[in-house]
Parts: sequence; structure tokens; C-alpha cells
Amino acid sequence: MVLNKVGREIPEQYAEKNGVYLGEFANIKEYQESSRKIRPVKPQDKKLLSSIREAIEKTGLKDGMTISFHHHFREGDYVMNMVLDEIAKMGIKNLSIAPSSIANVHEPLIEHIKNGVVTNITSSGLRDKVGAAISAGILDNPVIIRSHGGRARAITSGDIHIDVAFLGAPSSDEYGNINGTGGKTACGSLGYAMIDAKYADQVVAITDTLVPYPNTPISIPQTDVDYVVVVDSIGDPNGIAKGATRYTKNPKELLIAEYAAKVITASPYYKEGFSFQTGTGGASLAVTRYLKEAMQKDKIKARFVIGGITKAMVDLLEEDLVEKIIDVQDFDYPSALSLGKNANHYEIDANFYASPYSKGSVINQLDTAILSALEIDTDFNVNVITGSDGVIRGASGGHSDTSIACNMSLVIAPLVRGRIPTIVDKVNTVVTPGTSIDVVVTEVGVAINPNRQDLVEHFKNVDIPQFTIEELKEKAYSIVGTPEPIHYGDKVVALIEYRDGTIIDVVRNV
Amino acid sequence: MFVPGMNAAMLRDAPLYGADSIMFDLEDAVSLKEKDAARILVHFALRTFDYGDVETVVRINGLDSTGCQDIEAMVTAGVNVIRLPKTETAQDIIDVDKVITEMEKKHDIPVGTTRMMAAIESAEGVLNAREIAKASDRLIGIALGAEDYVTNMKTKRYPDGQELFFARSYILHAARAAGIAAIDTVFSDVNDMEGFAREVELIKQLGFDGKSVINPRQIPVVNKIYAPTEKEINHAKDVIRAIREAEAKSSGVISLNGKMVDKPIVERAERVIALALAANLISKEEI
Amino acid sequence: MEIKNVAVAGTTESSDIMFIISQNENPNVEIDLQSAVEKQYGDHIRQLIKDTVQQLGVKQVKIKAIDKGALDCTIKARLITAIFRAAEDNNFDWKVIDSWNA
Repeated sequence: MVLNKVGREIPEQYAEKNGVYLGEFANIKEYQESSRKIRPVKPQDKKLLSSIREAIEKTGLKDGMTISFHHHFREGDYVMNMVLDEIAKMGIKNLSIAPSSIANVHEPLIEHIKNGVVTNITSSGLRDKVGAAISAGILDNPVIIRSHGGRARAITSGDIHIDVAFLGAPSSDEYGNINGTGGKTACGSLGYAMIDAKYADQVVAITDTLVPYPNTPISIPQTDVDYVVVVDSIGDPNGIAKGATRYTKNPKELLIAEYAAKVITASPYYKEGFSFQTGTGGASLAVTRYLKEAMQKDKIKARFVIGGITKAMVDLLEEDLVEKIIDVQDFDYPSALSLGKNANHYEIDANFYASPYSKGSVINQLDTAILSALEIDTDFNVNVITGSDGVIRGASGGHSDTSIACNMSLVIAPLVRGRIPTIVDKVNTVVTPGTSIDVVVTEVGVAINPNRQDLVEHFKNVDIPQFTIEELKEKAYSIVGTPEPIHYGDKVVALIEYRDGTIIDVVRNV
Repeated sequence: MFVPGMNAAMLRDAPLYGADSIMFDLEDAVSLKEKDAARILVHFALRTFDYGDVETVVRINGLDSTGCQDIEAMVTAGVNVIRLPKTETAQDIIDVDKVITEMEKKHDIPVGTTRMMAAIESAEGVLNAREIAKASDRLIGIALGAEDYVTNMKTKRYPDGQELFFARSYILHAARAAGIAAIDTVFSDVNDMEGFAREVELIKQLGFDGKSVINPRQIPVVNKIYAPTEKEINHAKDVIRAIREAEAKSSGVISLNGKMVDKPIVERAERVIALALAANLISKEEI
Repeated sequence: MEIKNVAVAGTTESSDIMFIISQNENPNVEIDLQSAVEKQYGDHIRQLIKDTVQQLGVKQVKIKAIDKGALDCTIKARLITAIFRAAEDNNFDWKVIDSWNA
């Protein structure tokens, strides 16, 4: 076992292969970007194919290859299931899949794993259903969990080499000019798909809305696309926006949001031209609402917001409280529409958004970000991937990227969820190291990371209850009791890869 | 703020929301066959959770039902205030007072520790408010229960509240004459924030000390309306300063801006300061 | 205390626990717990139930519990309610019950 910088033990075989986490910038170095194969398309060649099966045949997909998908359709995605079903029927096996994330709608994946169709997975998250199956140990090789920035790094550096990318394309022409703002199943930004399109050896665009050539605007150009397939439907618009955007009325979430907004407005970063990122979920959206009220009152305009974009952010743009929206992913239909029609709403890919290996990602310019957490420990380490019962159920997302890159990172969470404490002695799984987290906000008050003495000084006289992180943990445990540590098995079912490619933690089976 | 006695999740989170007083209901919110369960649950909740500065109140059942057992369970749990349902006469107060004293003695608690509050919900109760308000040293306030009252009066609730005018006025007068607090009734439509605000403005004008709420969202509305304005706070600060100057000079007469400051002005100023402190608009150091 | 009847207390709502108390043919305390937080608190809850039952002086009982993440005080409250109901007993000695909480 090798001990890494957050005190987690990494089994020798993985430590040797990938290196262990030694610090947020310990493994950042110059590199030669990976390149792809190009199969030139001649004037008489046709890209338009009649079916997914034909596309799979034409790409020459074989056992053992790596394929990828994007998750912009979230719980409304049909593409990954359709493609894997066809691949299974054709008897292809032993594939590695590298979707940008996995949703509960991808439950059929469990069968494919059991049947040996899929034998390797890398993803940002697994959510509940697939997560529980992985935690039970159905996959021999551990899943590699990567953040959004980490996945981009892995692709550009060649750690992930995509043989074929199957990309759901809301709007495409016969030559593969794709955008996400048109079509029956518009999803807005195609940020995670754009990077696959640039580095995969072959790209198959799967669309349900074929438009006359040339399609504009162009998020993914024809020069990145090999084949185009038209199907009846690539996704369910209701599933795309599921759960993302309800305004909460829950008094606890509102209280958390109020404190979070207060922390931001009392911080040294809150001034004309500041920038921020909020997530989705009731409390995060409520923060946006409180911030909006403050910005209106103080007559402060933000230079840009990034995300993870929701209608709440679009409203800020349209009410002239924000100059620009930088968009790697849209969580609802109004955001998708806004991308299509607002000049100041701009689409970027995952590399531009968060890769630590790029020539500067947008999060490097960010003032403050609101993040969530399943668990936070007294070292401020954050777990967003396993529940308190040790079962995989969440996603890494952009958590570890954004938290280190922005000027002030806030993690917001209730002190306890039912009988489960959020603030604990040691998190089940470290996804984001504590040194990246600046402030923890709960409904009873906030804890500032002692490694930010500048913030501790600054917030001395602010009217918010302040505690040490140990005090918050004591409060949580005094309400619910001290939990038993989870007994894991011996099998490593997931590797948590930090954004720089090193291993920050492992997950074993339960 | 009212919290139903059967809801385990709500009992724990109740103090979070900024209400000055939380009322656990063992009466109307709990079905007959669950009275014992609610009583036991609230007892344990009161003994386990730290409610901090928030005043804890329990609405018990009548003495003709499970009231006695409720009182014993709540007194031993250390509840701050016991609230009677449907108080009609001074004798109702006296009867409950007796039981509380008995229970305090039985469990070695200093007699008088547990306070009382009465809810007036009928014509008879309103007319007897004057005697009710004076019936016990434990009594800290009387409240109007409008839903049952309007039924008793054979009318219903209207937006302008005219049907409650007499009841509100009489209860207020009774409370002031007895030197205790007057609390207004609940507003059931939690989605009508404007209607709620209008009602709070009205009762503030009349002179009520507080409002019953049934949802945490109603709390900030009450606090905002009851919060003194900056002008009122500054004036109150001036009055307090003038008093201190006069005391320092041992002068018997206090004047501010050429006008005499007499007792009513001092009391109003003190009340404003108290409200301002409670609403976190000023800190103790400023006065 | 002796269990005379089947009794139920509590609910299966989030943060609550439901107890079903019945007579036991065997001369012991049988506990069947289904908990939403089994891994983190399962053993602790079983011990709490055992202790409370012992303090109530009940030696022979069958307890079935469905827990949705109830806190200790809720568990105690629901269990005591259920046992008193099952014993058809209405005499609460708060002095004694509260002394266990110390």
C-alpha cells in the first residue's frame, strides 16, 4: 500500500501505474497532446447511414475497443442504451466505455457488464443503480472515476484513447455539422461531446433531427464527424431537465442558501465584475436567488457566470445583472434556448472549462463557486461519490476542478440528512482534498478552512454563526449519534482519479 | 410557530427557523388514539434537543380528556409554557394551575417554574377575557383562536378581519390591564403572503405583541413588519442618551430637542430598543 | 411489565420508526429490525431497544421495528409508547423513565 497526501492508502498495482495524489499541482507538467486517426472523406462518399448497426459495422468496431458517449441528455438519454444494445446483439465484447457520466436511465448497462459486453468503465459518476451494482462487485476491473476536467486531461493526454465516439446530436446535417440548440431533443451546450469529437479516431453522430446542409450554428464541425445516423428519438426532453430546476420551499435549504449568499456578499471577491458558479439542486438555486437580490440592491453586475447553466442564470443575463454566461452544460430547456439566441451566452468544451492540462481553463478565472457534498470530514475533504453506507451513488462532476481553481470555494450541505451526518470524522471516499475547500456552509452556521487565514480575518465581524469544522461535526454527531464505520470487502471496485491523473482514493466493494 | 406533536422530523428542526416561540400541539393536531404517542414523543424531544433561546410551549388537551397526563409529562420535560385550549372562564385557568402546581411539587420542580398561556376561542371566552387574564401568576399571555371563534359566532373569516374586531380588541385590553402579552391568531393560507402581511400590519397597529404562525416562511414577514424603522431606532437611542445625561447631571427633568421626555416616551423608546435588539438591527454595544 | 396484546406505535415516515409489539412464546426478547441506516447505526439501535426494554422490566416480548432514520429519542419514545400499549398500562412513572436518560 502507498499512502498519498490525503492519508489514503492506494494498493501497489494502481499506485505504480497511475501515481498517487501528492498535492493539487504536484503532477502538472508539459506534455505532447494525443492525436487521432483521420479517414479522409472523398467527394462521392456518403456519411449518412441507415442504422446504428450499419454505423457500428462501418467503423469496424471490434472486441476490446474503447467507445464514448456524452451525458448532455442526463436522465433522458436514449443513445447509450441504443448503441450498447446493438453492439451486444452483434456479439461484440470486452469493450471499454468512457461516457462523460452515467445516469439511472442507463440501468441496462448492468446486463451488458454481466454478459461481458462491457469490461471497463471510466465515468464522472455512476448514480444509484449502476453505482450499487458496481459496489456489489459485478465488474472485474475497477471503474475509473474522473472529474470533468480530469476526463478532458485524460483524453488530450491519451490516457483515454477513444476508438469510436457515439454522439447524440440534437440537430445535424448529413455531413455532421452538429449543434445542441436546435432539434426535437435540444440539450443546449455540447461541451462534453465537443472534446470527444476532437480526439476520437471515429465519430458517429446520432440524430433525430436531420436538417438541410449546411447546419448552423456549428458546435461540432463536419471535419470531426465520420458518419451520421438518423433515429426516431435520441432522448426524452422531460428526462433532460429532471430534478434540476425546482425552486425549493424547504426552510432548511433556504437557510443554508441565505448563509451561503451572505458569505459571498461579505467576501473580498464580491464587487463589480465578479464571477461565480452555482450548481443545481434546491439550495444552490436558492443561493442564486439571494445573490440576485443582493446584486440588485448593491447595484453590482457580475462579469460572467459559468456552469452547469439553469434558467436562474439566464434570468440574470436577461435582467442585465451578468454580462456573459459561459456554458459547458445546460440543465433545462430555457438555458438551451438562451444559448441559441443570446450572443452573450457562449458554449465551451470540457477542456476550456476545467482541464488542468490546458493552456488555462475558465475556472482559473472564477471568483467563487457553490458546490455540494455527500460528506465532509474534519480535514475538509469532500466525498461526492459514495453514500454514508459506502455504496457508490453520486458523481465527481467538476467538484475537484472548480474548488481548487476558483478564489473562494463554498461547499453547502445540511448538517445531517435524516439520521446521516454530513460532517464526519473521515469521509468514506475522498474526491476533493480538503486543501481545496475554503468554506463549509450548513443551516447552523459556517466553518472556514484554517488554511485561509485571510478569510478568517475578513469574516471576523460578519453576522453569521461561525464554528470550527470539529464543532460542526460534534453538533452533527450529538444529534444522530456516532456512526459505525462501514465494513468494506477486499475488492477494489473504483479508483478515484484526481484531475491530474494520480489516484486520490479507492472504493472497495460492500 | 405551531408544530404538530406527531411529526418526528419536525420536532427536531423546529428551532432553526427563527421563531421566538415554538408550540408543540398535543390537541387538535393529534388524533385521539395517538394522544399517548404524541405526549411521549414531545416529552423526549423537549428533554433531548437544545432549543436554545427559543421558548417552548405545549398545547395540552382539556382536563376532561388527557390534560392531566399531558401536564405531568410536559412539566417533567421542562417545557417553558403550558397552553390551554379553549379557555372559557377564569376557573379553567385556576384548575390547570392547580394541576401544574401538583406536578411541580411531585417532581421537585420549584413551584411557578412552568408558565401558562390561554387560548380564547369562543364568545364566552372573549367576554371573560378580563378575569381570565388575571386568574393566575403563571399566565404570560392570552391568544385568540380565530377559527373556532368565528364558528362559535356563526360567521367565517374574511380578509379584512372585521368579524374579529371585538374579540381582538377585548383580548388586547384584558391583556394590557393584566400586564400580560396578547397574541393574534394563525393565518392558514401559507401561499397568500400578501394577505398575511396585511393582517400582521393590522394587528401591529392594534397593539398585539405577536402573531401565531404555522409555517417557517411566515416568520420573516412578521419580523420585518414588527422591526422598528431606522428613524424610530435613532429616536429611541436619542431618548436613552438624554435620560443618561439627565441622570449624570442629577437633573429631575429630561429634555430632548427642547421637548420634555416623560414616562410614555421613555417606555416607547425602551420597547423600540427591545424590538430592535430582537430583530438583530442593533447590537447591545450600541446602547 | 407483561405484554398482553399486539400493539403498534410510530409511523414509517422519514425520520420516524414503527414498532410492532407482540407476545413471545420463547422466554426472551426477540428483535427484528429493518433499518434504513442499518450499516451505520443498526447495532446501536438494537442495543438501544434491548436496554430500553430491560429498563421497562419486560423480559418476554417480540419486537418488530421498521426504521426510517429515527433519532435515539424518537426510537425510545415510540418503543415506550408501543410497550405500554401492548401491556395495556397507563401508569407512567416519569421519574423512573427520565432517570434512564441521564
